[in-house]
Amino acid sequence: MEPSATYQVTVTVNGERRTAKVDPRTSVLDLLRERLGLTGAKKGCDHGQCGACTVLVDGRRVNACLALAVAYDGARLTTVEGLAQGDAGANLSPLRFSPGGATPRTPRGTGDEGANLSPLQQAFIDHDALQCGYCTPGQLCSAAGMLTEPGPSAVTADPRQEPELTPGEIRERMSGNLCRCGAYVNIVKAIAAVAETKGAVP
Amino acid sequence: MNRVEAVAKVTGRARYAAEYPVDDLAYAWPVQSPIACGQIRRVDARAALAMPGVITVLSADTTAPFGLSGPYELLIFGSRTVTYRGQLVAAVVADTLENAQDAAAAIRVSYAESPHEVILRADDPGLYTPETVNPDLPAVTGYGDVPAGLARADAQVSVTYTTPAQHNNPMEPHAAIAAWGNGRLTVWDSTQGPSADRDTIASVLGLPAHRVRVISPHVGGGFGSKGDTRPHAILAALAAREAGRPVKVALSRQQMFALTGHRTPTIQHLRLGASADGRLTAVSHDVIEHTAIRTEFAEQAAAATRVLYATPAMRTAHRLARLNVPAPSWMRAPGEAPGVYALESAMDELAAAAGIDPVELRIRNDAAVEPDSGLPFSSRNLIACLREGARLFGWAGRDPRPGQRRRGNWLVGTGVAASTYPARRRPSQASADADGDGFVVRIAAADIGTGARTALTRIAAGALGVDVRRVRVELGDSALPGAWLAGGSMGTASWGTAVVAACEDLLKDGRHGRADTSAEVAGDSGFARHAFGAQFAQVLVDPGTGEVRVPRLLGVFAVGRVIDSMLARSQLIGGMTMGLGMALMEATPIDPSAGGFVRQDLAQYHIATCADVPDVEASWIEEDDEHLGTVGAKGIGEIGITGTAAAIGNAVWHATGHRVRGLPITPAKLVLADTVLAGTVLADTERAGTVLAGTERAGTVLADIRQAEPGKGAQAS
Repeated sequence: MEPSATYQVTVTVNGERRTAKVDPRTSVLDLLRERLGLTGAKKGCDHGQCGACTVLVDGRRVNACLALAVAYDGARLTTVEGLAQGDAGANLSPLRFSPGGATPRTPRGTGDEGANLSPLQQAFIDHDALQCGYCTPGQLCSAAGMLTEPGPSAVTADPRQEPELTPGEIRERMSGNLCRCGAYVNIVKAIAAVAETKGAVP
Repeated sequence: MNRVEAVAKVTGRARYAAEYPVDDLAYAWPVQSPIACGQIRRVDARAALAMPGVITVLSADTTAPFGLSGPYELLIFGSRTVTYRGQLVAAVVADTLENAQDAAAAIRVSYAESPHEVILRADDPGLYTPETVNPDLPAVTGYGDVPAGLARADAQVSVTYTTPAQHNNPMEPHAAIAAWGNGRLTVWDSTQGPSADRDTIASVLGLPAHRVRVISPHVGGGFGSKGDTRPHAILAALAAREAGRPVKVALSRQQMFALTGHRTPTIQHLRLGASADGRLTAVSHDVIEHTAIRTEFAEQAAAATRVLYATPAMRTAHRLARLNVPAPSWMRAPGEAPGVYALESAMDELAAAAGIDPVELRIRNDAAVEPDSGLPFSSRNLIACLREGARLFGWAGRDPRPGQRRRGNWLVGTGVAASTYPARRRPSQASADADGDGFVVRIAAADIGTGARTALTRIAAGALGVDVRRVRVELGDSALPGAWLAGGSMGTASWGTAVVAACEDLLKDGRHGRADTSAEVAGDSGFARHAFGAQFAQVLVDPGTGEVRVPRLLGVFAVGRVIDSMLARSQLIGGMTMGLGMALMEATPIDPSAGGFVRQDLAQYHIATCADVPDVEASWIEEDDEHLGTVGAKGIGEIGITGTAAAIGNAVWHATGHRVRGLPITPAKLVLADTVLAGTVLADTERAGTVLAGTERAGTVLADIRQAEPGKGAQAS
């Protein structure tokens, strides 16, 4: 049988132009993980059901396992490896934060290496919003994208008004990212802490 | 102190098993049996071998038998017998993942199919009593006169609770990369125990253990499913040998359901009797579970009943049915999770029958010694957990009547249940060495998300009397000093004991220390060691749709010494979150006609999402237990899931007046409770063509699980 056809794809990942020849069946996730050596985005289900593969395409969150690489020629991607560079999720939230009864914890001093973390990455550490860490890259990219997404959600009381980013709104908007270790309550606290800080800036 | 590897995890630098850059890597993709029972006639790989990029095909037709010893599940391609749907029958090795996957679909396997039996039934004539249940407990225990105790009881319940098959579903699918060189095998594997994984792989392949190395510094969750070596690791090793180059096997989520273990379904019959003052007069707990045709796995579902409450008469028993199912295996709190659910639900029914507050009933039946063994407890603070939990939750003044409270359209209820899990430890080795300005501690432990690396750093720093920043812990590699696996909530106690001993040995000369705790751990007898806890749940139930929400979960635990409060809270909350999923959504029904699991992905096997878990709190009481050895910790990985489902189920009864006695508590069960045949509940109508039917009549349940005729639809009796 004939060898399978390959197509040349060029993407900008975390600010760097990368070119690869890919099988037309290759997903963006497998392009990143198997061809470009970027294993930060995780494969948890390969069917868009768990969110572990979430990356940002032009700032919007996408399940990389459901995206065919050949359809993303020329795209600008941000993966968890690029979050610390601040090229995604750094924009101010369009939604105003409201604690809604939650009490974000005081962050601890870390003493860890890796000073250039994004506020979300640091908040995930401070609030222990991760355990095994496998869903964490997807949670982080999803949160970074979520914080820039305007508009109502399914739990917004009045969809005509721009909602406040309550913990309930965060939970709803983050429910595409599964965490089997059960770190959700800490994930919401971490995101709320970042949203609160951003919201305080005019 | 934050998690040691937290920065690596939030930046994507932490590598998991499938993520190691290995040159000249090939990919293997499994082919699974679509039948549950029979013989492989022929594996036709001609079309697959002609496809692009295909290197080789492995199957019983092509692969030389290799199995010297090992569990049936790991002797892949070693026989033509199929005993469960999804069994690994062939695999394609190709240059790319896409080519391997495509060619696997072109493999044609013909079978001589035999009838299968996959449904667990209380009246299965093949039920048998195993010699022991896990980990090595008697299958049947008893003392006193149970019938007499029930006969003199002023209040009693006789109820059957069922739990479905469930799947661990760690977020990281099981994966391995295998590479051979000079007769040695290196496996990057997703495992909870590098030492045990190495030993099993070596044994199955017929190699001396020193020629196999397992590397697993980061593991994306396991919850027991990575506690045993799984077929993917053996497949990677065989495929790499056949292909003559390194091979990666990364199982798909779908493949995991048959190949990486599950929790057995259970049918549990409980009889409880109490005198008018609420003191138990008798307890019996009979458990029926399934196991596989070739592998016996006997889940200890009645074990917690032997621990929790004082009673003058008790009987516990386990029976198994050998079915054409994959071997059940470890899933977070195996035994205790389904067993405590049933016992603590029945206790709630007893509280209602006796007219006693459920917290008070548990306090009145506290045990001075372990009821079944008569051993003294090393420490037991269940009452303290119940009282502190009741205080934090605001339990006092609760209206005991069911179906009385509304918030808007929602019915509101609260429930309580006890938690318990054994505190054990196993032998491990460790080393400690001075390293520049600091110290390096080495042990073949695993950090599957528990925070083991961080906890051991703290423990080592404490033993050395230095700041945690001067200690580096290396784990996740079988080349390190051999250690017990991350299982049975024994990691911290087992590894910590070895780490302390190694550090104390180092302090003698200031340079090197080594430890083997076999002798010390062998002396762990004379006491019953268990962690305890109390969980409280508030639920809202929509009377129209049957939707259940859990706005609040609170757990208070007594777990000995807490090594790191941040890690401990995360572990306990995580267990309770999984318990919420167990209560309301997790189930893997088995299809009687096809003979396999109906649900095989995360769109169908629902776990709790962020939106399901608004408020989970966990705390603990101070507990100083001198009988736990140098670490003083009881283990916290599993106790969190014990009791959660009962607390939620009890709250659902309190909200609605309906006692759903089969997990998960789905909307269908609650809605049908209101609308179908007065007084009768269909326990489960989710499976096309099949019904697990339980029957409920005011206060008593007739034990039954039956299989309806295919196509006949819902049926109750």
